Amino acid sequence: MEGNTNSKYLENICKDVRKNIVKMIYHAKSGHPGGSLSCVEILVSLYKNIMNITLDESGKRVDKFVLSKGHASAAYYAILSECGFIPKEDLVTFRKYDSYLEGHPSNKIPGVDVSSGSLGQGLSVANGMALAKKLDHKEGYVYCLLGDGELEEGQIWEACMSANKYNLNNLIVFVDYNGLQIDGSIKDVKDVDNLNSKFESFGLNVQKINGNNIEEIIEAVKIAKEKLNDRPNVIVAKTIKGKGVSFMENKIEWHGKTLTKEELEIALNELN
Amino acid sequence: MKSTRKSYGEFLVDMGTKNANIVVFDADLAKATCTVDFKNKFPDRHFDMGIAEQDMIGTACGMAISGKTVFTSSFAMFAAGRAYEQIRNTAAYSHVNINICATHTGLGVGEDGATHQCIEDIALMNVIPDMNVFSPSDDISTHKILMECLNLDMPKYIRLGRNELPSIYSLNDEFHLGGSHTFGNGIDGTIFATGSTVCTALEAKMLLKEKGYDVRVIDLYSIKPIDKATIIQCAKETNKLISIEDHSVIGGIGSIISSVLCEEFPKKLVKLGIQDKFGKSGKAEKLYELYNLTKEDVIEAFIMND
Repeated sequence: MEGNTNSKYLENICKDVRKNIVKMIYHAKSGHPGGSLSCVEILVSLYKNIMNITLDESGKRVDKFVLSKGHASAAYYAILSECGFIPKEDLVTFRKYDSYLEGHPSNKIPGVDVSSGSLGQGLSVANGMALAKKLDHKEGYVYCLLGDGELEEGQIWEACMSANKYNLNNLIVFVDYNGLQIDGSIKDVKDVDNLNSKFESFGLNVQKINGNNIEEIIEAVKIAKEKLNDRPNVIVAKTIKGKGVSFMENKIEWHGKTLTKEELEIALNELN
Repeated sequence: MKSTRKSYGEFLVDMGTKNANIVVFDADLAKATCTVDFKNKFPDRHFDMGIAEQDMIGTACGMAISGKTVFTSSFAMFAAGRAYEQIRNTAAYSHVNINICATHTGLGVGEDGATHQCIEDIALMNVIPDMNVFSPSDDISTHKILMECLNLDMPKYIRLGRNELPSIYSLNDEFHLGGSHTFGNGIDGTIFATGSTVCTALEAKMLLKEKGYDVRVIDLYSIKPIDKATIIQCAKETNKLISIEDHSVIGGIGSIISSVLCEEFPKKLVKLGIQDKFGKSGKAEKLYELYNLTKEDVIEAFIMND
């Protein structure tokens, strides 16, 4: 564990990240609030507690992160800003024509190693990073955050087979299981049910946690590293889409929609 | 006679010995793509991703981002075709230093037929921003272009082939991104070619000489970026312009040359290539006859187009 373990401290960062998410999407007049708000605890735990984001002797970060669900870019940029990669004042330029803060992550953004957002592609990239670490006998872990709807993409399962083949026990994957996708509930669109047995049968260790609970996230990663370190790990993190803003929680329409000024004010009040 | 896929396999073994940073990916085609010798010699640096080309490109990108020198191998249909969007969004948009080596291009695939004959990979790769496309035509050009690729920190697609090709180049010849190679300085016409059609063009050049026409042949081994200056110079200095490629005329070198001419020096170009059709099974030589891609077709195109 690299960072601060005080969960009150981490919860306060979550609040700041959430405030920035709604502000960014308000200023951009577009964006993806639901899936950004659902994964805040995962990102904050990773960047502020779990990951070692210092550089090794070859100039690469010790731990790496791939945001496969790239539409959570507002959350990603907000946490990168908390870590000093992106100047705070740049966040309001999100999605604008004269900004580098693209709608979906681009590797031109400081702290971002690979572009993402076309769903299903990030786990393969994370595998490649984990494989390179193994080849070079380098320490550190590779973390990857997947959406739940994203699991409908076939490439994810190709990548699970690869993670198993190369026994990437330096890979820890999170699934932000918020249960909703653009066209409706995952159950209705194309259910990814029995997720535990799906991943297990592909050769990965699986844990199921409350993904909006920082202590559970940190504990699950600890277990993945210490007890379940024989195989690659998946942490299925049950989350609430739109978490923290009452009128957005579990509402499909907040997958990709901006806020009015009034809605922004209500959201910021709730997050205070 | 040697196929460019074979030259690719030999290059990998040669450079793999000298450079421990080189890793090779394949997708259950190591024998066909000729990476099998590398696999046997350096099993720890050869990754067979199974029949999963999209995953292969993504994993290779992750390796490249981590500092490895990466070569991926598959048939063009499954690299440029199946994994198109992974190449576009993960490799090219992130400007990953990856060498996507695609064997089995065009009708040269032969007996496997239309499903495996990729006649659109130049078009697919050319249209991706920041992508770079090479198309070697013999053993030496394959080695030298792959050597050049080691020095280029960018996404690259290298178009290789299954069919055996004669030696064209000598060890003194050089190959650069954005370059081309000119054979002869005839002013009666220019035959633009790439990959396996360069030798066809050179044979046609010799036969045309016997008929009293002095033409030059341009090997467009760098398809993207393309050597615009040479194309324009040939349009200005020579009479007739012909292009020949084992690829669709839509989006291939014929289209690319036309586009350059249209903007810079409008002039008629006769495009030999696959005329908006699928391929079919058969020996490559027979298919080249059927699809009008022989030296005789070049001569006919030259003489008929006044």
